[in-house]
Amino acid sequence: MKNPIVSIQNVSKIYGKHQVLKDISLEIYEGEIFGLLGPSGAGKTTLVKQLAGLEVPTQGSNFIFSEKMPHLDLIKRIGYMAQSDALYTDLTAKENLDFFAALYGLKGKEKKQRINEVMEIVSLTDHLGKLVSDYSGGMKRRLSLAISLLHNPGLLILDEPTVGIDPVLRKSIWGSFNSLKENGTTILVTTHVMDEAAKCDRLGMIRDGGLIAAGTPEELMQQTSAANIEDAFLAYGGA
Amino acid sequence: MRITALVIRILRQIIRDKRTMALLIFAPILVLTMLHLVFNGDEYKPKIGLVDIPEQMETQLNLKNAELEHYENEKLAKNDLSDKKLDGYLVFDTMPPSVVLEGSDPSVNGAVVKWIQDALKPLQQNGMNQEIKIDYLFGSDDMGQFDYFGPVLLGFFVFFFVFLIAGVSFLRERTTGTLERLLTSPLRKWEIVTGYIMGFGIFTMIQATIIAWYAIYVLGMLMEGSFGFVLLITLLLSLTALTLGILLSSFANNELQMIQFIPLIVVPQIFFSGLFNLETISEWLSWIGPFTPLYYAAEALRNVMVRGFGWEMIYKDLLILLAFSLLFMLLNIAALRRYRKI
Repeated sequence: MKNPIVSIQNVSKIYGKHQVLKDISLEIYEGEIFGLLGPSGAGKTTLVKQLAGLEVPTQGSNFIFSEKMPHLDLIKRIGYMAQSDALYTDLTAKENLDFFAALYGLKGKEKKQRINEVMEIVSLTDHLGKLVSDYSGGMKRRLSLAISLLHNPGLLILDEPTVGIDPVLRKSIWGSFNSLKENGTTILVTTHVMDEAAKCDRLGMIRDGGLIAAGTPEELMQQTSAANIEDAFLAYGGA
Repeated sequence: MRITALVIRILRQIIRDKRTMALLIFAPILVLTMLHLVFNGDEYKPKIGLVDIPEQMETQLNLKNAELEHYENEKLAKNDLSDKKLDGYLVFDTMPPSVVLEGSDPSVNGAVVKWIQDALKPLQQNGMNQEIKIDYLFGSDDMGQFDYFGPVLLGFFVFFFVFLIAGVSFLRERTTGTLERLLTSPLRKWEIVTGYIMGFGIFTMIQATIIAWYAIYVLGMLMEGSFGFVLLITLLLSLTALTLGILLSSFANNELQMIQFIPLIVVPQIFFSGLFNLETISEWLSWIGPFTPLYYAAEALRNVMVRGFGWEMIYKDLLILLAFSLLFMLLNIAALRRYRKI
């Protein structure tokens, strides 16, 4: 059995009277691409925010690298990309990268090298000196991804990374996920796009704050004798 | 160093945004210039001390429309004058009596001189028609309205623009999601607040220097004290503006809501900063003054610029301003807990 990088144990989250997460338990193993699949409003973002250290569960606990979140030392080993691009549009791409790299303690040659590496991964090297406000939507998304890769995190948490990106670009971004995975990075992506889910090593299906199924895409389809992920999701959801 | 990175980023953003930079520096200069050209005075009931006045003369004088206080010798009157309990006093050792004014507020000076002329009219009919000699404790008779209002306005503009710009840029940090990104980095909450304060602090220092220099050396605003103190006061004031702006930005969802704080938080401070005479404000409102940072900054600025005072007269105001900033900073760090618990 592989090493669990993320271990979610009986996690519930309640905002006021509204229960957003219902008793979720889940493990994500080293070096896999794990997809959290579910419609918007299902609680995916709440769950990944907890893993990124921005939220705490009402009940249960999250462990990352066998340590309980939230924890400042763990934060350095996690790369997080939110749904919004979170860039300083009045600065150039290089200035954005410089800033975030400095926050992670990178400097000098090492910083320069990392910036070149991550921009290579998202194929934006030619646009390093451009103002982010002159970037297209897809370029901003890729720059945002590059920033979350800067400190070479062992765990990458990506909230809807390919939303609003055209199919060609989406393919190239998934290509970079796979090369990161080969370098040993564990990746957690959330998505509501079914065909994207099929590219993950394993999937967790979330509906109304509860985890309704987890397994490889093939397992999930076999167990429900569905022809595709969408039908499997519907079957688990009780439709 | 993480804070340094934050400071550099903030400075880069300000420098890139030419319009905002122009607003911070040229808008105050423009408005100060206009006020300098426009200003006029109003009415006031003066507080007058009468030193050693012969009884039979007091019955002759026209002493209506003033708060009067009697003194046995000039020394006691002078003490009260420095404590601002009096606007001026008359000494009846010579004929006509000599007059000493506190002198830092030209509108008060005008009112006192006018009152004295009225009061002494009966004597003049008795055949005494000499000029009355007037001495000033501070200021002089060529001091204009602008010299008295100037220090307050200087403080106000620094406060107003720093509050707005810092508030909006922190708000943007929140709405664009970059704050969330900062909080998923190893940056600590106090480092975020400190970085903001240093980044904007450096810029504010430049802004305050330019505006104060312009007001004093180009517009010729009265300047009795040291320029260094003026800068120190404006820096501390801008710190409170900065920390308050950042704090209030957590209660705004967009830029427009940030602007809604101006009539609520910024404008009322003018009323209590001494731009209008505090004693003419209704009692049930005047207690607000001591709760506004501008109240202390304006007092300190006026002490330096008009009265030429030094450290021992302004350090209390400076400490209070510092306490305001510290309080707002701690509240800021607490407010950031909403976004990350550690």
